[in-house]
Formats: sequence, structure tokens, C-alpha cells
Amino acid sequence: MAEPVLSIRDLSVEIPTRHGIVKPVDGVSYDIRAGEILGVVGESGAGKSMAGNAVIGLLSPPAHIASGEIWLNGKRIDQLRGEAMRRLRGKEIGMVFQDPLTSLNPLLRIGDQLVETMRTHLKISEKEAEKRAVAALEEVGIPGAASRVNSYPHEFSGGMRQRVVIALALCAEPSLVIADEPTTALDVSVQAQIIALLKRLCRERGTAVMLITHDMGVIAEATDRVAVMYAGRLAELGAVEQVLTRPQHPYTHGLMASTPLASEGKARLHQIPGAMPRLDAVPDGCAFNPRCPRATEVCRTPPPPRVKDGMAACWHPLVEDVEEKVS
Amino acid sequence: MALVKVDNLSRVFDVSKPWLNRVLERREKEYLTAVSEVSFDVAERSTYALVGESGSGKSTIGKMLVGLLSPSDGHVEIEGIDLANEPDAAKVDAVRADIQMIFQDPYASLNPRWRVKDIIVEPVASRGGKTEGMAEKLLEQVGLSVKDAGKFPHEFSGGQRQRICIARALASEPRLIVCDEPTSALDVSVQAQVLNLMSDLKENFGLTYVFISHDLTVVRHMADVIGVLYLGRLVEEAVPGRLFDDPKHPYTQMLLEAAPKMDAFGREIQPPEGEIPDPINPPPGCAFHPRCPLAQDICKRDRPRLRQIGGTRVACHFAE
Repeated sequence: MAEPVLSIRDLSVEIPTRHGIVKPVDGVSYDIRAGEILGVVGESGAGKSMAGNAVIGLLSPPAHIASGEIWLNGKRIDQLRGEAMRRLRGKEIGMVFQDPLTSLNPLLRIGDQLVETMRTHLKISEKEAEKRAVAALEEVGIPGAASRVNSYPHEFSGGMRQRVVIALALCAEPSLVIADEPTTALDVSVQAQIIALLKRLCRERGTAVMLITHDMGVIAEATDRVAVMYAGRLAELGAVEQVLTRPQHPYTHGLMASTPLASEGKARLHQIPGAMPRLDAVPDGCAFNPRCPRATEVCRTPPPPRVKDGMAACWHPLVEDVEEKVS
Repeated sequence: MALVKVDNLSRVFDVSKPWLNRVLERREKEYLTAVSEVSFDVAERSTYALVGESGSGKSTIGKMLVGLLSPSDGHVEIEGIDLANEPDAAKVDAVRADIQMIFQDPYASLNPRWRVKDIIVEPVASRGGKTEGMAEKLLEQVGLSVKDAGKFPHEFSGGQRQRICIARALASEPRLIVCDEPTSALDVSVQAQVLNLMSDLKENFGLTYVFISHDLTVVRHMADVIGVLYLGRLVEEAVPGRLFDDPKHPYTQMLLEAAPKMDAFGREIQPPEGEIPDPINPPPGCAFHPRCPLAQDICKRDRPRLRQIGGTRVACHFAE
């Protein structure tokens, strides 16, 4: 099997607060291979964006990587600081954020922004960069790219702006793109366009993608594998079809059942009782145990279960039931 | 009987530059048509959903229903009273008490300096009604605790705040609640809790909802009748089963095709072309014709009227 592009090993992020240390990311491990789209899904506060920010070195202090390793193309990057990290960002790792308007400089023409990014990271002439900027805009499907390079961000619609951001993220030909809620601010029809674009570009270039989203529909449509996060920990990791259709973790199962998409005409939606714990009050043992219908004593005692080879982080995964019934 | 009758409703906003700029730059006045000739009825004790993408005018219609905006043209009748034109103030006041609204952002729609109990009883207190014990009762009905009455909004999570908004909306014992994207700001599992609560309350209190959302899955779950809006126009109206199984309007078909599906692993779709046009200069004829695969010359000329086909009302020249 090919070496993964990104490999995260037992990553923990800590934030010291007045009331003690909280862990928005706690012991998370996953790999992304070339040309693969890994979906990271979870509710707000699950730590999915925090994990993405840790990879690209954008944790805002006092948040910091407390333990674990991040490997990119065989190089360890979690200890890089300052200039070394800056050279990596944009060159090796591209980033697409939720709000395209705030990730573009409103005072610069988009062509200049593309040229600047390319000339920072690639050794090419101004002329060459300009030519590539037009090509990049054409590739992300902006009509009339040759004239649009001279437009400012405010002259584009939301969907077109997000295309520009994708062009920017990909223009230095990174091996990894982190897309943090790239379609959340967009309408359904535009969302479909952006997802199709991301999928096509990544397949053509063999770019690895970490797609962070809260939308199960987007996960189903776009990703190859999915990591489900809960209270900073990985609840389940596996092939998207398996995780969504045969979830093993009771949380994944509850989450799937509570989407109206899955209700299919039932009068009431499935409800998970309670709410995700606050990060300063994560219960002992499995973080999900107070809300879990299958919880027993072992779930309430540390250490919490961890994800291993296609198995959910659960002492009583749902898969057991199936096997018992079959045998 | 129809509790709400919306007849030929339009709303135009003046988005012109200031007078001096217009003179200096030789510009005309500019108008944005947010809602254009929309008609529908909402039956009592039912849920009517308005669904559309941003800029489709769904929130503007909601605001006109509750009287936060006045129509430019057409009428909204609630309980047979046209709120914008009724001369008898007492009648208008009586109907107003029957209408409430729930907004999208539970962080912006609660006064941070008020205690929860004061927030909840305000619709009654402002009319001089008796409010003793009311907040506590309502809090229990929406699944919060009596102890929460003395707290401030910042002590609650998003889902709990939305429950407070619902309790406030229920305080005046309304018949109609206009819900503008009530769960869009919430996580999926919290959304399920709030939607279930809304369904239960509808049963218990005999409520009528006008449910505004961009989320087709939520609409499908909640609505009795769905109206699809495009650029301020009602393009299709049907019951959920019919709309999702047999959409008539090409826009509805495109929207359903583009919506993410849970079972569509690795689906390769041909994403829809183009985006919603500029509502200041909407295309002539059918507003959807520049993106429509069926468009012919007539679509560029004549605006299609809503036609009845089976149980569906659809505004398309070629729908069948």
C-alpha cells in the first residue's frame, strides 16, 4: 500500500484554562492517502476543525499540540514553527475555509492573489504565473477567466468566490487540501457544483483531501472514508458506506437516525437524549456513556475505548448484535 | 378552512443609490423584486413549508405574513382579516395576538439582559395579561426545567435557546406561528429534538405553522404542503410525497437532484449550471429559463401562470 500523504498519530490538543486543562482534540489518529477524500464529521465542539488547524499549524494560542505526531509525506511537521511552517502552508497543504469572502483579500484583484501565492511557493516568472492564474481559474469553471482575473472578490457571487478560493488552494499544487466546511455557506445547487469540482480536481491531481463538515449528506456524496468525532475523540473511522449504513458506534447510529433524511415519513425523528458534554466536563471512560443506551460499567471507567482497525471506539459496538443474530 | 390566504403578494424594495449619486452618475432608480405575485392558502392545523435558495424571497414572505413588512401589492388575509388594510384597529389587534414568529438565530432573538421568565411572558405582559406561573409552565412544556426561569440567555446552549424562543411564541396562545429557519443554526441531533418538540406542540395546541427553510430534508419531514420558491416566485406547490416522487417544475427537479443523498456513495452527478439571477434585473418571462433544460422561445417571453396538474400546482409552460 502506498505511503499515506498525511498521517496523524495519537494527536492531542490542549488549552490551559483557569479551571484546568481542556482537550478539544484527544488521542486522534488517522491517515489520508493520495487521491483520497477523508470526511471528518461531528457536531459543533467535537474538535473537527481544531484537528484540521493543528495539521496546518493554525492553532491560536494558548491552544497547542500536547502530544502525538503529524507526518506529511514522510516528514514530521507537528514541531515546525514560524518560517518552516509558513513555507509548508500553501505549498504542501492548501486550505479552503467556510466563508470565501473572508479568505480573499478584498483589496487585491484575484489574479494578483493567485500570482502572489504561486510566486511565493514556485520558482516561476511573473508572466508564467499570470498564465497559470488564468488556467487555474478556467479549471475551476469560472467563465471568461481571461478577463475575470482582473476582478475583485466583491464582484463574484458566493459560489464563484469559493471556486476562486479552491483555485488558490490548489495553485501551488499541494499534496494535501484541508477543506473546512467549504459548502456550508452555499445554496444546495451551488454546493453540488463545488463538491463535484473538489472531487474532480483531487482525482485528477491525486491530491489528498480532509473534508471537514457537519453535513452527513455531503459526507455520503463526496468522501471515500469518514472519521466521526465526538467530544474531541474519534468515535468511528472507516469506509464511508460502512460507517453510514452499518454504523458500529451508538453515537454514529443515533446521529444517522436523527437526520430527517433517514426518517422516511416517520412522524417523529430519532432523538439522542441530552447534549454533547462541555469540554471541561467530559465524563470518565467513554465520553458518550451518559447518553448511550448500551452503556455499562466498563463504559464509565477509564480508560476510554479507542478506534482500532475498522472497529468503532466502543466497548459494545452495534456489530455484535448482528453476529449474534446470525450465529 | 384556510387560516391564511395569500393573494397575489408582491414586495419590491427600493435599492437605488442616494439622489445626488443618481444625478451625478446618471443612474436610474433601481428596484429589487423580492416577492412577485405569490398566492397560496394555509389550512388551519397544517404545516405549510416555503422552501427555496437564498434570495428566493421566503423570509420576505414570512415577514409580510406577521406584519413586519407591508406588501407592495396583493393581500395577506389571516382569519379573514387583511392586516395591512383593515380599518378597524380592534380587529387587527385581535388577529395580531394569534400570530407569533420563531427566528433562525436563537443568539440574536433573545434579549441578553432579560431573565428567561421575563422574555417568555413578554407577549402577554405587553398586552397587560396575567403572567403568574406562566413562564414555569411553558418551560416545562418545551422540555426545560422550572429552575431555568431565573437564568439569563447566555447560560443556555443553542438548542435550549431555541426552546426558549418556542416557549415565548406559545405564551400568547397563538393559532399561527411563522418559523423562519428555526433549526438551521442547530446541530443535527439538536435539530431532531427541536423538530420533534415542534411536532408535539402542534398536536397539543392545534397550531398552524408556516415553516420557512432551505433544507429539503427538514421540509419533507415537517410539511403537509410544500411551496417551492425561485427568485420570489412560487414555481411549484404540492404535498411532500408528490413533490419528492414526481416533481413537475424543472427547478424543483434540479434542486432535488442536487441535494446530497445519504445512499449516494460516490455518486457522480452533473451539477446544475449557473446560479440564481440578479433580482434587480430578473430575466424576462420565466425566471428560470436561463438555467432550464426545457426552455423554448415562449419561456423567454411569457411568464408562466400556476397551473393545476393532478394534485400539483406548477408554473411552467412545459410541465405535464
